[in-house]
Amino acid sequence: MNIVIIKYNAGNIQSVQYALERIGASAIVTDDPEAIASADKVIFPGVGEASTAMEYLRARQLDRLISGLQQPVLGICLGMQLMCAYSEENNTSCMGIFDETVRLFQPQPGGGEKVPQIGWNTIFNLKTKLFDAVTENSFCYFVHGYYASLGEHTIATTDYVLPYSSALHKQNFYGTQFHPEKSAGVGEQILKNFLEKI
Amino acid sequence: MLAKRIIPCLDIRDGRTVKGVNFENIRDAGDPVELGVLYAQQGADELVFLDITATNEKRKTLSNLVNRIAHGINIPFTVGGGISSVEDVKILLENGADKISVNTAAFKNPELIRLLAREFGSQCVVLAIDTRQEADGQWYVYLNGGRVKTETLCVDWARQAVDLGAGELLLTSMNHDGTKQGFALDITHALATALPVPIIASGGGGTVSHFADVLTAGGADAALAASIFHFKEITIAEVKNYLHQQAIPVRL
Repeated sequence: MNIVIIKYNAGNIQSVQYALERIGASAIVTDDPEAIASADKVIFPGVGEASTAMEYLRARQLDRLISGLQQPVLGICLGMQLMCAYSEENNTSCMGIFDETVRLFQPQPGGGEKVPQIGWNTIFNLKTKLFDAVTENSFCYFVHGYYASLGEHTIATTDYVLPYSSALHKQNFYGTQFHPEKSAGVGEQILKNFLEKI
Repeated sequence: MLAKRIIPCLDIRDGRTVKGVNFENIRDAGDPVELGVLYAQQGADELVFLDITATNEKRKTLSNLVNRIAHGINIPFTVGGGISSVEDVKILLENGADKISVNTAAFKNPELIRLLAREFGSQCVVLAIDTRQEADGQWYVYLNGGRVKTETLCVDWARQAVDLGAGELLLTSMNHDGTKQGFALDITHALATALPVPIIASGGGGTVSHFADVLTAGGADAALAASIFHFKEITIAEVKNYLHQQAIPVRL
């Protein structure tokens, strides 16, 4: 299987490649449009800031390329947020694959929820084969200050300040707000599902 | 619900894990990657690797080590120790570190925090603070591994650092470190309620109830310990099972 991880100006790209190696899969990291278009599976990861990332993608027309892909695509963290319609992070217009809006968590004063959310939280109301053999309320690793609201594309929910979309799905596009590549055995199962079941 | 985190800390010298008590009787404790994998299997939520290598020359081995760790472990990890520039951080992140921690260099040049947050995002910038409560009752910032006292109050520096873009604070009480008499609940609570970022409490964990105390009364988001895990006085599973019994949310 030909797996491509999209390279762009965001962090944490290598970690996904290493996680795939641990489950016995190999992937190439590239920004070459032909390699991306011809891949069997495409992973769009990233940690960083939305407007800088979108500018970079637009300058190289990678945003149009990604939106037009027909094969299974998995966006992770910032990657998933960039696949949404709009992000409050520096008022960024994103790719619009998912209709959801990405909003900033409001910190809760006096020792309540902190922003960004950093750490392990549960995922529930799991839908689609992406979560085959993953039990409800499994813990996954999150690092983010912005969240996608619940909507028609929600396939996993997490509660932090409020219930929000921890995973999205529409047609061939999937996205997770958490990091499967850092979510121990649960994350490895989700990556395997993306490679084998979708 | 977001789980409270238990974080083992590994001291690294010249690419190897070392164990010692208060920087004395330091001896080799094996390959950091193997130990990291073992901790991850035992339920560690995150790992901190603290490089105590003395010379810059030998620091080159650190980036190779970070790359091996990133290949080997399936949970997040932070790398700290002697980091003083954007370039230092770039190399560590490119090799797979999830976060980096800065301490003395950030205090001497607070602009570093702003540069790192802008370049890599606040989520990967952990500010480590070593603090000691003096006879006047105030908590002061110490530098250079606790050897140099400053006149700056811990809360003031923490607030400034968060304003500059630090995404998380790793707070070590020098009064409690190594004592196994419990974490510093008051200063941890002061930071946890005053600041909008997660607090990792460090120093003093000796029993399972100490961990429960700092995660409830202390208001910490995570608790870090080194020697009690290395010397197998308490296992990570024992800590987490106890926290679970106390209805504190943990990942089991």
